Amino acid sequence: MDKFISHTGTAVPLRRSNVDTDQIIPAVYLKRVTKSGFEDGLFAAWRNDPEFVLNQQQYKDATILVAGADFGTGSSREHAVWALQNYGFKAVISSRFADIFRGNSLKGGLLTVILPQNVVEKIWSAIEADPATPVTVDLEAKNVRLGSDIYPFELDDYTRWRLMEGLDDIGLTLKNIDDVTAYESKRPSYKPKTLPARS
Amino acid sequence: MSKTLAEKIWADHVVRSAEGEPDLVYIDLHLIHEVTSAQAFDGLRLAGRTVRRPDLTIATEDHNTPTQNIDQPIADPVSRLQVDTLRKNAAEFGVRIHSLGDAEQGIVHVVGPQLGITQPGMTIVCGDSHTSTHGAFGALAFGIGTSEVEHVLATQTLPLVRPKTMAINVDGVLPEGVTAKDVILAIIAKIGTGGGQGYVIEYRGSTIHGLSMEGRMTICNMSIEAGARAGLIAPDETTFEYVKSKPHAPQGKDWDAAVAYWKTLHTDEGAKFDSEVFIKAEELAPFVTWGTNPGQGLPLNASVPNPADIADVEERGAAERALTYMGLEAGVPLKSIKVDTIFLGSCTNGRIEDLRAAADIVKGKKKADSVRMLVVPGSARVRLQAEQEGLDKVFIDFGAEWRNAGCSMCLGMNPDQLAVGERSASTSNRNFEGRQGKGGRTHLVSPLVAAATAIRGTLSSPADL
Repeated sequence: MDKFISHTGTAVPLRRSNVDTDQIIPAVYLKRVTKSGFEDGLFAAWRNDPEFVLNQQQYKDATILVAGADFGTGSSREHAVWALQNYGFKAVISSRFADIFRGNSLKGGLLTVILPQNVVEKIWSAIEADPATPVTVDLEAKNVRLGSDIYPFELDDYTRWRLMEGLDDIGLTLKNIDDVTAYESKRPSYKPKTLPARS
Repeated sequence: MSKTLAEKIWADHVVRSAEGEPDLVYIDLHLIHEVTSAQAFDGLRLAGRTVRRPDLTIATEDHNTPTQNIDQPIADPVSRLQVDTLRKNAAEFGVRIHSLGDAEQGIVHVVGPQLGITQPGMTIVCGDSHTSTHGAFGALAFGIGTSEVEHVLATQTLPLVRPKTMAINVDGVLPEGVTAKDVILAIIAKIGTGGGQGYVIEYRGSTIHGLSMEGRMTICNMSIEAGARAGLIAPDETTFEYVKSKPHAPQGKDWDAAVAYWKTLHTDEGAKFDSEVFIKAEELAPFVTWGTNPGQGLPLNASVPNPADIADVEERGAAERALTYMGLEAGVPLKSIKVDTIFLGSCTNGRIEDLRAAADIVKGKKKADSVRMLVVPGSARVRLQAEQEGLDKVFIDFGAEWRNAGCSMCLGMNPDQLAVGERSASTSNRNFEGRQGKGGRTHLVSPLVAAATAIRGTLSSPADL
C-alpha cells in the first residue's frame, strides 16, 4: 500500500447524495478476480450520459471526488474502492460515508474525508467556478486546503498513522498472533466448527 | 456494569485491546462466496500465508450462479471464472465448499442458519453486507470488504472500532397481512438509510420476539439498509428450538453448556443504548417502496409522494430523481402501479416460510397475464423442502417459474435481470437504480404483497383479492 501523507490535485463535484456502491460499480462489473481494471465500471450507468460530471473535459484529470451525503451505502463490495482508485481518485470528500465503505477505503489507502455539508457546498461552488482550482488533502496536517481556505477534518490517530506509513493491517495483526493463539486456547468446546462437515 | 447484548458479545471476543488502537476481535465463523473472495485468497498466496482456521470457514456459490440449467457449465465465461476460482481456492486452502448442484448450496445467509453453524453469541463475518441476517440468532454479524476477508482468512480476527448501540423497540400485535418485511421497511422509512450508521441495532419488544426465526432473519437482514452494519435480537426459546434440530448444533454436554451461555445473552436491566426508537405494531401496514433507496417507502394504501412537499433540499432532489427514474408521477395511488415481474427470493425473503406464505395466496389461482414471476428458493435445501411440500407445483400451476437457488434477480449478476424500464415487485432488499438490471425499476415488498401483486398485476395486498 502506498503511503498517504498529502495529496494535491483537482477535484470533481458529484452533487448527489446516497450514492450507493451499486452506482459506484454495478454488480455486472464485479466478475474479475484481480484488483485492477475496474475503472471502466465506475459510475457505469451515469457515464453513458455525456453531461455526467466525470465526462466533462474540465474534470477529466481530477483526483479528488467531492460527493453528497451518505456516499458508499449498500453492498460491501470493495470493488467500489478499487474502481475509484483504478480511475485515479486519491481521496473522496463527503459529509457522511457509509460504515463499510469507509472501512474499506481506509484499509485500501483511499482517503475518505468527512467535512460538514456547508463546507462540501463551498468546495462544490469553488470547483464549479474554476475546475482548475488545486485542492490539497493533507493527512499529516488533517486539513483540506483550497485557495486561502483551510478546512480541518478528523481521523483517529491509529488509522492516520497506518495510512501515513502505508502499513498492511494483516502484518500488524500477525505481530500479535500469540494473543490470538492464547484466546483460541480458551474458546469453549460448544462453539461450532465447519469441519468435519455434518449435514 | 450493565451491558447491552452487543457489548457482551463484543467483550467476549476481544483478543487484544490497546489504548488508541482498534480492538482486535476474534471471528467465530467466516462465510465465503465467489464474488468477494478471489482477491483475498490471491493476497494470501502472494504473501505465502495460509488460512488460519479452515474449520471456522465455509464457502458456497450464490451471487452469480445461474438458476436454470445448473447441470451444465456456467454460460457466462466471467461468472464461470469466478466460480472456478473459488473452487480452486477452497481446494488449495482446505476450505469446505458447497458448490452448485450440492444440497447445501445456496445463498450464504440461508446456508449458515440451516446448517446450524449460525448460533447465538458468535461473531460472524462475510464479504457481503447482508451478513447482518445472522444477528437474528443473537450473533454479532456484519459484512466486510475483501481486504478484511483476507485479514480474517490469515488471522481469524479483525481490528475493529466498537460501534455505538441503538435499540429499536417494536411492541404490540401486527395487523393481519403485516409481516416482518413490512416491519423492517417501516423502520427504514422512519430512521432513514443513514439512521443506523455507526450503530449496531438491537431489535427488541414483544412484536420482535413473537416472530419466527425466519421473520427475525428478514428484520436483521435489512439492518444495513438502515445504515447499520449489524442488527441483532436476543436469543430466546424460539432460537434454541430452531438451532437444536440443525446438523451443527452442539451435542450432549456441549448443548447444555451452550444454552447456559446463550441464556446470558440479553441486554441487562439498566444498560444504556446510545439511541432508542419506539414503534407500535398496531400502526404498521403492508409496505412498499416507491423510490430508489430502501428508505423511500410508504404503506401500500398511500400515493406516490410529491417531492414539492419535502422540506429537506437534498431529500427533495433525491425524490425528484427517484420519481423520474421510476417513471412515476406524484399523487398516483401506489396500488394503481402495474408491474411486469414478480421476484420471490433472496436472503431477505427466500426461506421456506416465505415460499409457504406466498404459495398459500396463489394456490389454485392463475397469475395475471401481464406479469412473469420468478420463484427462487434461498438454498437448494429450501428448494427440496418446498418440493416435498408440493409448493413447486402450486407455483408452476399458478404460472410462475420454479428456479434453482441463488441470489438471482436480487442483484442481477446472473442472467436473471430486469430489462430497461421493466418494473418489479421484489421481495429482495435493494431498490437502487439498476440493481436488478440496467434501467430496471424495483418496488420492495413482502412475499404476501408479491403474491397478491402477481395475481392482480398491480401492487396489491392479499386484502385486495
